[in-house]
Amino acid sequence: MNMHVLEVLGLRHRTGVHPPARKSARSKAIEHMPLASKVILPLQQHIGACAKAAVKRGDEVKVGQVIAESDGFVSAPIHATISGTVKQITTITSPVTGQPVPAIIIESDGKDEWIELAPADPENLSNEQILTRIQNAGIVGMGGATFPTHVKLKPPPQKHIHTLIVNGAECEPYITADDRLMLEEADRIIAGLKIVMQVLSVTRAHIAIEDNKPQAIERMRKALAQLSPPERITVVAVAARYPMGAEKTLVKSILHAEVPEGGLPMDVGALVQNVATLAAIYDAVTLGKPLVERVVTVAGMVSEPKNLIARFGTAASSLIELCGEPDTSIDQMIFGGPMMGIAQPSYDSPIIKGTNCVLLNRSDFRDEHSCIRCGRCIDSCPMGLMPLMFVNCVKKGEYETLPNYHIANCVECGACAYNCPANIPLVSYIKTGKTELQKRGVK
Amino acid sequence: MHNVSKLVLSPAPHLRGNASISRDMYIVTLALLLPCAGAVYFFGLYVLLMLATGVLCAVLTEYVAKLMRRQPFLMDGSAIVTGILLVLVMPPRTPLWIIAVGSVFSIAIAKEAFGGLGHNIFNPALAGRAFVTLSFASALTRWIAPVSSFMADGVTAATPLGEGFVTTLNNGALYKALFLGNVAGSVGETSVLLILIGGAILLAFGLIKWHVPVFYIGTVFLLSWIMGQDPLFHILAGGLMLGAFFMATDYVTSPITTRGKIIFAVGAGILVVVIRVLGTMPEGVCYSILLMNAVTPLIDRYVRPKPYGYIPTTRKEA
Repeated sequence: MNMHVLEVLGLRHRTGVHPPARKSARSKAIEHMPLASKVILPLQQHIGACAKAAVKRGDEVKVGQVIAESDGFVSAPIHATISGTVKQITTITSPVTGQPVPAIIIESDGKDEWIELAPADPENLSNEQILTRIQNAGIVGMGGATFPTHVKLKPPPQKHIHTLIVNGAECEPYITADDRLMLEEADRIIAGLKIVMQVLSVTRAHIAIEDNKPQAIERMRKALAQLSPPERITVVAVAARYPMGAEKTLVKSILHAEVPEGGLPMDVGALVQNVATLAAIYDAVTLGKPLVERVVTVAGMVSEPKNLIARFGTAASSLIELCGEPDTSIDQMIFGGPMMGIAQPSYDSPIIKGTNCVLLNRSDFRDEHSCIRCGRCIDSCPMGLMPLMFVNCVKKGEYETLPNYHIANCVECGACAYNCPANIPLVSYIKTGKTELQKRGVK
Repeated sequence: MHNVSKLVLSPAPHLRGNASISRDMYIVTLALLLPCAGAVYFFGLYVLLMLATGVLCAVLTEYVAKLMRRQPFLMDGSAIVTGILLVLVMPPRTPLWIIAVGSVFSIAIAKEAFGGLGHNIFNPALAGRAFVTLSFASALTRWIAPVSSFMADGVTAATPLGEGFVTTLNNGALYKALFLGNVAGSVGETSVLLILIGGAILLAFGLIKWHVPVFYIGTVFLLSWIMGQDPLFHILAGGLMLGAFFMATDYVTSPITTRGKIIFAVGAGILVVVIRVLGTMPEGVCYSILLMNAVTPLIDRYVRPKPYGYIPTTRKEA
């Protein structure tokens, strides 16, 4: 029977929520923004070890030159994103954690001089060489999670990966960066995809795109049809339902398999890569180009929402200035989407590798009421959890009970809080619970 | 920057849906308007006085309780719903002071004493009804037949579930009377049609799940049939419909998971038939729901959704 009919009858439970799409920049072609006169580059733009500065004040740097790196395997080097002079090595507030993070400030010489790039044909490269090129290019997951890509592409030998899932879901409202990239750079994405398939010796791939992006679906299909020899790559239109783009949700939708609790998609033979990451992999491996810029959607309460290619370290204010008149009632700037994005303390916050969107917003503070046990949070949880129980436990300080309700499974997507009639900030309670558990050393 | 004022830092999600407690409650109130209008039509304008008393006392009691507990009073509409529901399950000529007592009990004891909205164990309206039924039994046995004119005093009559009930109607006509509400009974329980429309509103807004009324009414139908009763009569008569759509679906006092709700509904259905057929009371809807309310924490303890990627363990949970 038709799935929708089953849902209406309540015979099939559909998790997630349906926030308004508000993708106002969807028809705006990607534009290169003018280069900034100054960039602020935090040394941690990824999950893992913080990079250490490899330049000092006064050094001349070229675009693509490594300015910070780390010995740790789970880390990614940081490159200069404009040419010029290292003006200062300082500490700024991280746009991700809100904690102090070391940063390098470069002042532009206006020349945009690049280091010499070393192009290569991926088919002549060994897997090791490809991974090294990806690592040296500083590539991290660009969907927002910023996990170093070379680590993700090197699964332990006992894990057999049979399917690659390309994440073009872009389920957060407002964001259109990946949508536009698929429309305009489909070939780059597919070239990157083929490199990843080569590295992993995977022959099967699915490109997952939410069904509210029919043009992107069509464009990707067309690009695939032109491949010769044809590859076992299909475009799958997935339901537009938040959080479709979360790795585990995507794996379930595409493979009809659930990643075991505490595990990774590789435990069911899948690996998920975001479309922008794939394009960056192509640039790194084939062109030898390090990751210095990305597409950023500027949306929300601006008169001209846009998709801009911005060099990392560019202040958000420079992007906003290009997007027409901001509404006077804006009092919040979010990096990322409205569901999981992070509110920034200042318009000077720099764009970093995981910043897919600058969202200008009016804050929506609502008084928290008592839980009325309506169960909407349970119905919307994509991970099959009982979010209200986390709130109960945290309020009572019964942190030890949290694992009984599988708190580690929570991906903090915010679907529960979105749907809560009592305006309970469930994600905040859950984060508190996780932090408290960590302090107590409970896994 | 254009706007140099301070930026607001707040945790994600920064976007919220349009659900709110008061929205839920006002939709329920809207859905209850039909049974209320039907009650006025069948039992006269006196019902309006009862409704006014019930709602007013409920809201005032909540206001005073919040004052005493030094908590902000929120006009979230939940007291209005309780007040209306209480009146709808009372006999049509209940003295207003009994309504007032029931209403105060519902809010002060059944709801606020347990911690207010979201913390009460028992459905406040049903707890209020149970309280006045036990306290003023003799005053609450005067059932009247529907009146034709709006202000007329009713003629005493037995309810279909009562012992003295005799009817000259054949089965078809009796079902029709029960369906439309043209029988003696509690204020808002007699017209199945109006309750079904109200229930459809709740379903349409996604406030309730179909599982509760279907399993509740279905259980009553099947079990009364098995026990040699007239199943159609049992689901049309008494307070089953109102209970199934408006009481057993109460968020606070019923299980949170869908499977839990089904267990709750089946349990309540069994209790209704047991009380009606084997018990001494003519009607069992009120007590069936109150008894299942008491079991709700237990159901919630054991019935939980399966987490994504759940790995069953043999280890016993502490």
